[in-house]
Order: sequence, then C-alpha cells, then structure tokens
Amino acid sequence: MRRFTAALFLLGLGVMIAAIYQHIDFGNTSVNAGQAINAVAAQETGAANFVTSVVLAYRGIDTLLELTILFTAAMIGGMVLGRRRADAPRDPDAGFILRTGADLLFPLLLVVGLYIILHGHLTPGGGFQGGVILASAFFLPLLARPGITLIDQRIVSLVEGLAGATFILIGLLAMFDGKEFLTPLLDKGELGALISAGSLPILYLAVGIKVGSELAGLLAHLAEAEALD
Amino acid sequence: MEVVVLVVVIVMLLSAVAVLLFKDFLAALAAMSVVSLGLSFLFVVARAPDVAMTEAAIGAGLSSLLFALALRRLGLWRSQ
Repeated sequence: MRRFTAALFLLGLGVMIAAIYQHIDFGNTSVNAGQAINAVAAQETGAANFVTSVVLAYRGIDTLLELTILFTAAMIGGMVLGRRRADAPRDPDAGFILRTGADLLFPLLLVVGLYIILHGHLTPGGGFQGGVILASAFFLPLLARPGITLIDQRIVSLVEGLAGATFILIGLLAMFDGKEFLTPLLDKGELGALISAGSLPILYLAVGIKVGSELAGLLAHLAEAEALD
Repeated sequence: MEVVVLVVVIVMLLSAVAVLLFKDFLAALAAMSVVSLGLSFLFVVARAPDVAMTEAAIGAGLSSLLFALALRRLGLWRSQ
C-alpha cells in the first residue's frame, strides 16, 4: 500500500513538472516584479540592499508572519521537550580545544552577528541571518561547559517579547500617521549610509534580537533536555 | 566556473546519497550539512548572497545543531 502511494505521488509529481515544462521555457520566466523593484526600490525605501527593502518595506506583513511561525515552532519545541528531572546526570565539560575555542569565538560571533544585523539595509544579510549567528554565539559556551546558565531564561523571554512588540509598534505608528500598517517611516537619508532607509534598520534590529533570543532559548532548552542512553 | 559548479553538484549528490547509506547518525548529519554548504555556494554563484547566507547559517549551521541535539536527546549519538 505504501509503495503504491509513493508511486502515485511520483506519477503526480512527474505530470506536474511536465505540465510546467510545456508552458514555461527553462530559465526564461515571464515574471517582471524583479525589474520593477530594481527600478524604484532605491528611491522609495532608501535601502541599498534591495532584498531588505522587499522583506521589510514591500512585504513587511509576510515578515511579521514568518516571525510568528518561528515563534510558534520554538514554543511547541519547548512544550514537547518538557522539564528536566532534578537528579538527571549532566554531561561532563568538553575538552580543552572546544572550551578555549568557545571562549575565543564568543565575542567574535557576537560582533559578526550584530554587524550583519545592523548592516542589513546596506549589505547582504539582515535580522534573520544575524539572529541565527547571535543564537549560535550564545549556544557555544553551553556546548563547552554543559550546565552553566549564561542568561536567565526569563530575561531571554522578556527581550524576545519586547523585540516582537517593537516590530508591531513601529507598524502601528505608521497607521497613526494615516498610512498602511508597516509603511516605512522617518527620513530616508543618503543611500548607502549606515543611518539611512528610515525605520528599516530599527525593524531589522528588532527582527534580529527576536530571532536570536528565540533560537538561543530553544537551543539552550534542547541542550538542557535529558539524554537517553 | 562551470567546472567548479559541476564538481560542487557532484559532491552534493554523493553526500546526499551518503546520508542514506551511513550507519552512523552523526556522520549522516555531517554529510547533510555538506549538501547545505554546497547549496549555499551555488546561491553565491547565482548572485543571491542573501539566500546563501541564510542557507549557510540555517541550513548548514542551525539545523545540524538541532539534529545533533535531537540525536543526543534520543540516545542515538554514537561517534564510533
């Protein structure tokens, strides 16, 4: 029965791909949203990185929903993992190389993560990528010395909630001005300068801090979980 | 450039098959992150650095970490 279902699925997939090939030539799309955005994005948003102008200005609500999905996934992960028994054994500390490497890499990863978040409107990268790097920076010490608490879990949750609330508040501020939700605010500034593109860097900073604290919390929770053996 | 892309694609395919064949879960995980790393290189070649960064950070880094921690939780972390 399972083999039959798999064969049926493959047949359906083949028919679908064949149908797509019938109508669209390979590597030759008729979508022209890219050219349109390339032509106007710099004047409309002031962000040198057009991907950021799409992610935060043209489709800000999608980004908010992405954050919601990530939040839900992290929350469900925390719920499934449950709580640790008090007498569960801990892993021993890692070896010398991992401990020293973690100490050396921690500040470096923090700087790289914050750089990528703060320059999200200028160079490739942004809140999501930088946030993941921040999360891995805070996880590395846990990998080297299991059982230590870097930051209290409640503070992490508080920071995460405040960052998410900031994102929504900036969106609402635009509505008080009589514009649509998440319309970019503030002065656009000079294209390519660090302080430019209006409210987009603030939004990306909120995204980065939210993603970073969320994933750091999830990883810490997962590392906290008891190991079977 | 096409030769480099071809080599990367072949390495990706080989490590994707290796994921299925490895008996050791941790080795399979490492092979899986090689696929992600190759993919992020292909994104750079296709001039999509944003996507490449996301793929390298999330695909190769974070998801491998999540899988490794899940293996540890399930007691399947065997390195020999």
